[in-house]
Amino acid sequence: MEPYDHNPIVEMRDIEKHFGPVIALNGVSFDVRPGECHCLLGDNGAGKSTFIKTMAGVHKQTRGEIFFEGRPMSFDSPRDAMEAGIATVYQDLAMIPLMSVTRNFWMGREPIKRVGPFKFMDFKTANDVTMEEMRKMGINLRSPDQAVGTLSGGERQTVAIARAVHFGAKVLILDEPTSALGVRQTANVLSTIDKVRKTGIGIVFITHNVRHAMAVGDRFTVLNRGKTLGTAQRGQITPEELQDLMAGGQEMVALEGSLGGTV
Amino acid sequence: MSSTSAVVDERIKETSKLRKALIRPELGAIVGVIAVFAFFIVFAGDSGMFNAQGVLNWSTVSAQFVIIAVGACMLMIAGEFDLSVGSMIGFAGMSIAIISVTLQWPVWIAILLTFALCIAVGALNGFIVVRTGLPSFIVTLAFLFILRGFTIFFPQLIERRTIIGGISEKAAGDWLAPVFGGKVGGGFFNWLAEMDMIAVFERGTRAGEPIVNGIPMLIIWALGLMIVAHVVLTRTQFGNWVYAAGGDAQAARYVGVPVNRVKIQMFMFTAFCACVFATCQVMEFGSAGADRGLLKEFEAIIAVVIGGALLTGGYGSVIGAALGALIFGVVQQGLFFAGVESSLFRVFLGVILLLAVILNTYIRRIITGER
Repeated sequence: MEPYDHNPIVEMRDIEKHFGPVIALNGVSFDVRPGECHCLLGDNGAGKSTFIKTMAGVHKQTRGEIFFEGRPMSFDSPRDAMEAGIATVYQDLAMIPLMSVTRNFWMGREPIKRVGPFKFMDFKTANDVTMEEMRKMGINLRSPDQAVGTLSGGERQTVAIARAVHFGAKVLILDEPTSALGVRQTANVLSTIDKVRKTGIGIVFITHNVRHAMAVGDRFTVLNRGKTLGTAQRGQITPEELQDLMAGGQEMVALEGSLGGTV
Repeated sequence: MSSTSAVVDERIKETSKLRKALIRPELGAIVGVIAVFAFFIVFAGDSGMFNAQGVLNWSTVSAQFVIIAVGACMLMIAGEFDLSVGSMIGFAGMSIAIISVTLQWPVWIAILLTFALCIAVGALNGFIVVRTGLPSFIVTLAFLFILRGFTIFFPQLIERRTIIGGISEKAAGDWLAPVFGGKVGGGFFNWLAEMDMIAVFERGTRAGEPIVNGIPMLIIWALGLMIVAHVVLTRTQFGNWVYAAGGDAQAARYVGVPVNRVKIQMFMFTAFCACVFATCQVMEFGSAGADRGLLKEFEAIIAVVIGGALLTGGYGSVIGAALGALIFGVVQQGLFFAGVESSLFRVFLGVILLLAVILNTYIRRIITGER
């Protein structure tokens, strides 16, 4: 089953976002379909963060339309977007290192157990589900009480992804999940992305690393100076072409020549 | 065993049960309590510190510290400070005195109005902090001066003095006053006296009655607040939000935790605790003074930090804070029993604070993986 057969879960048309006199986004169109990994590439300052924050309900677009499962949609808060099924895993803000894995996993949506008139957090269920979901992602926790601070960067991203999946995300936005990770951990996160994609969730993978994008991406959209430079399907574009698009073409070619083609 | 537990990372060493039991946020405070008791059993063991009166003496003082430490602990875990606690104690006491003695209103109305007033001030503290984004250190420092100023100004304006007495007479027969100033377990202590297990008065109007004739409500409040706060923090959804609000407010907001509401509620709880302290004190002394509660905010914060809480929030334990408060009470009263110059209290405290925090930091790094 090719992912392109499906209708988009989220479709963003000609999104513009102005911050006072600054035009951060100047007409960006983007969509994500069930079971695909759509990579959003762009150099620093290209508008990637602004764009995904618009999708996640943090910012409201100045102009343009957002369709969610075919219907026009307008999110007033991240909570709204989350309720609809758009989950975002932010690079640094995903987890609270001082708190246990379970407490982080359920933060904001704790399972409740009633004892008479009192409502307690159901730690038994919470711990069991957390362990199970983490095991599905290929991580065996020492204990659900373990503080997130004791996990590696890749494992933290995985907890955040597992959390989003468990709470029924239809679209998962990953904001540079691999940018601060080592080789092995990056591989782990990329394989997690692959697992999640196979469950039918649409993934928006933001990165500026072409090799990471090529490893898991089904489609690639390049942002430059607040505009989309186009979307390509897997197999239609080479890593070199992507790299050039991201960096803005000509100057990069010259630079790359002087660096011996290693960038 | 299922297949899941069979897969174990070969780089994780098996940790022993003892080590697991020891590695907890309260360890510093537990070690401190043991050290302090050991010290006084050796140096003041025969001074009467550990008979019924002696125990009641330091328990009462410790309970006072526990009440404000519990509030400060919850607030600190939520990521904020309240430096106005001491001034709030003076303010609340004076409010009860003015309403009941000067205005001649019933004591229960005075108490309820004062609680409402204090909790409102706590809410205002919290509201200003979350709305302006200013550090709570600054906002509550302002209230430290504002409340203390009013506490001195109003009694001088109204009564031309800074101590208002006569509350005991007003409180006699009141239904709410004994909840703060009363004692419980009188029958039990009478029975103990009859069994010759505790000391009784030898002569005077109360000859034959036990010297310790009940447990002050202050201690009951301290235990009650400690247990409720501990359960809320460790066992409920709200407790998780408190940790999250202090651990990383932005991350918590992203997953829908009402961080601002949680913080404001914790400011209100801290104010409530200060008000409990003040009410118990006023009922015990029968008077309110404008200088009551001086420096209490720092003593509360020190107890909390000895108890293993992180000053920047997101980590801590109510039980630890209560143990920190116990250390405070025992040292303060114990030096008196041991016949040591009381100014050494501060030296002792400073040393314990330093040692406990060094140990706590070490433990916390093991637990949370901080570097």
